[in-house]
Amino acid sequence: MSGIPHDHYEPKSNSEKWLHSRLPIVGLLYDTLMIPTPKNLNWMWIWGIVLVFCLVMQIITGIILVMHYTPHVDLAFASVEHIMRNVNGGWAIRYIHQNGASLFFIAVYLHIFRGLYYGSYKAPREVTWIIGMLIYLMMMGTAFMGYVLPWGQMSFWGATVITGLFGAIPFVGEAIQTWLLGGPAVDNATLNRFLSLHYLLPFVILGLVIVHIWAFHTTGNNNPTGVEVRRTSKKDAESDTLPFWPYFVIKDLFALAVILVAFFAIVGFMPNYLGHPDNYIEANPLVTPAHIVPEWYFLPFYAILRAFDGDVWVVIAAEFLTGGIIDAKFFGVLAMFGAIIVMALVPWLDTSSVRSGRYRPMFKPWFWVFVINFFVLMWAGAMPAEGIYPYIALIGSAYWFAYFLVILPLLGVLEKPTTPPSTIEDDFNAHYGDAASGNGPAAAKIPAE
Amino acid sequence: MALVQLAHWGPLTRETLSVSHAEDQSSTRRDFLYYATGGVGAVVTGAAVWPLVNQMNPSADVQAASTMRVDVSGVQEGTQLTILFLGKPVFIRRRTQDEIAEARAVAVNDLVDSDSRNPNIDGGADASDENRSLALPDGTNTGEWLVMIGVCTHLGCVPIGDGAGEFNGWFCPCHGSHYDNSGRIRKGPAPENLHIPNASFVDDITILLG
Repeated sequence: MSGIPHDHYEPKSNSEKWLHSRLPIVGLLYDTLMIPTPKNLNWMWIWGIVLVFCLVMQIITGIILVMHYTPHVDLAFASVEHIMRNVNGGWAIRYIHQNGASLFFIAVYLHIFRGLYYGSYKAPREVTWIIGMLIYLMMMGTAFMGYVLPWGQMSFWGATVITGLFGAIPFVGEAIQTWLLGGPAVDNATLNRFLSLHYLLPFVILGLVIVHIWAFHTTGNNNPTGVEVRRTSKKDAESDTLPFWPYFVIKDLFALAVILVAFFAIVGFMPNYLGHPDNYIEANPLVTPAHIVPEWYFLPFYAILRAFDGDVWVVIAAEFLTGGIIDAKFFGVLAMFGAIIVMALVPWLDTSSVRSGRYRPMFKPWFWVFVINFFVLMWAGAMPAEGIYPYIALIGSAYWFAYFLVILPLLGVLEKPTTPPSTIEDDFNAHYGDAASGNGPAAAKIPAE
Repeated sequence: MALVQLAHWGPLTRETLSVSHAEDQSSTRRDFLYYATGGVGAVVTGAAVWPLVNQMNPSADVQAASTMRVDVSGVQEGTQLTILFLGKPVFIRRRTQDEIAEARAVAVNDLVDSDSRNPNIDGGADASDENRSLALPDGTNTGEWLVMIGVCTHLGCVPIGDGAGEFNGWFCPCHGSHYDNSGRIRKGPAPENLHIPNASFVDDITILLG
């Protein structure tokens, strides 16, 4: 794969040859693990491994939790308390699963921002990007349904608000909402199907992850320079790359260990910090919590959803042009999903011929404003929808769309990029000197081992 | 157009496959079979998938719960009974004469939402209190009974009752919508009056919902 010249698996013993001629699975695993990887990858290239780890951790802890959980409106809340108090080590499993979702989203956001900064979505890696966006959507669906399962107040009312979004679709919305809920309101039927789908979707994600890896193994990894690995000869390729095992696996595992120290500190000492206390009150359809907020990782999109009320001119224009079919509520829904769709289309919206943001002087400030704007939206989404907050959310939403639909297309035309290094090897030597290759004068500075 | 064009009935070979449509009249029969098979396949697939989709619609027991009889004999004037109907709270309030007088004094022109939101009367009726309160068993409407779905029309929270808010009716704590004592939106982000469920008196003390 990847078109980068490198050594492939050769079966040596008779039994290896026997298997290889029948099912070349060892070769597949070997080539996947030994893929030539650009040797200048920085620390932002660790999140893929963290994400795979999160997925496996969530699947394992999730399978365990289902052994003790009861998906019924009368029993679900109590069964979660049963896990917390009675099941041996159940509290740890649940807290790991609960905070694992947060780690998963921290990692996925950093992974996405890495891709946006270094242009990892650009040709020929568009398919990798699109599959990544699909995984991200699946993750959001899975996390949302998982949050409903403990059947606390936030579970119930969050489910009511989010499924209510589908009710905003013109003409068929109410029928779709009833179909999703299995009744006129969130109830036992909803809880049951959410557990079923919450169990299913991670395995769909697992399948998509394999396709995601397949896609970027076909094109080769991007790297901080955005310069392609030389495919001219095996020697050139080896000057630009190192095999994934052991070099990058060990680096990634080191990073993972550091991250897990922080993660388990949170699981052990402040497991409910990222949650909401209202979810320790059992769901009650007759009483609404004073302030319904989604989990932190949905807040930027929740802010976009709420930003477009009936006073915003684009909403008024849309309502007028469609004869009232698109009202403020539906516009908010369209904006929320649209925010993810424009991100998925970024391979075709970014017109710059230079891949990495490192060599794009005008791109950099706009990108960092985009990152800050993400956190501003997150904050605005957590605030009540009154006073100045809807305006902040509206400005943030406008920037989100402007970044993808105006700024990125224009920058490619207006900007004069600096010159990237001609090879990955040059970039590597510029950053790490000849020390790493062990044959230059800088090597003398490293004590002999 | 069919991808596979056969010249004649017979063994499938490279040669028979490559004969073009123009030279061959019998392919209309082949085309017909091709599309008929495709059509039947689509119908069968649809018929097989539909039950898999339809199972998610409300089940028989959920549908059976779509009507409910409520005994309101115990509801005193100036109090509210809140019951859970179809998974949502329903407010049944027996209003005092003062409340009725206040609700009926409001001009319809002053309202944010001038629709009655009442499926029990003609569509398009205005939101006057007479069009919102529930008629008695004999058909008269004294305004004594007000029956509403207790779901804020903004984002679906449950408003607080018993004269709450600036208009002595209901107040939604989530985003500050004020409803008057006829359940009409007067102030705040909610776009519509509180909706009224299908309801009627079946006898002097029983209200049928749904």
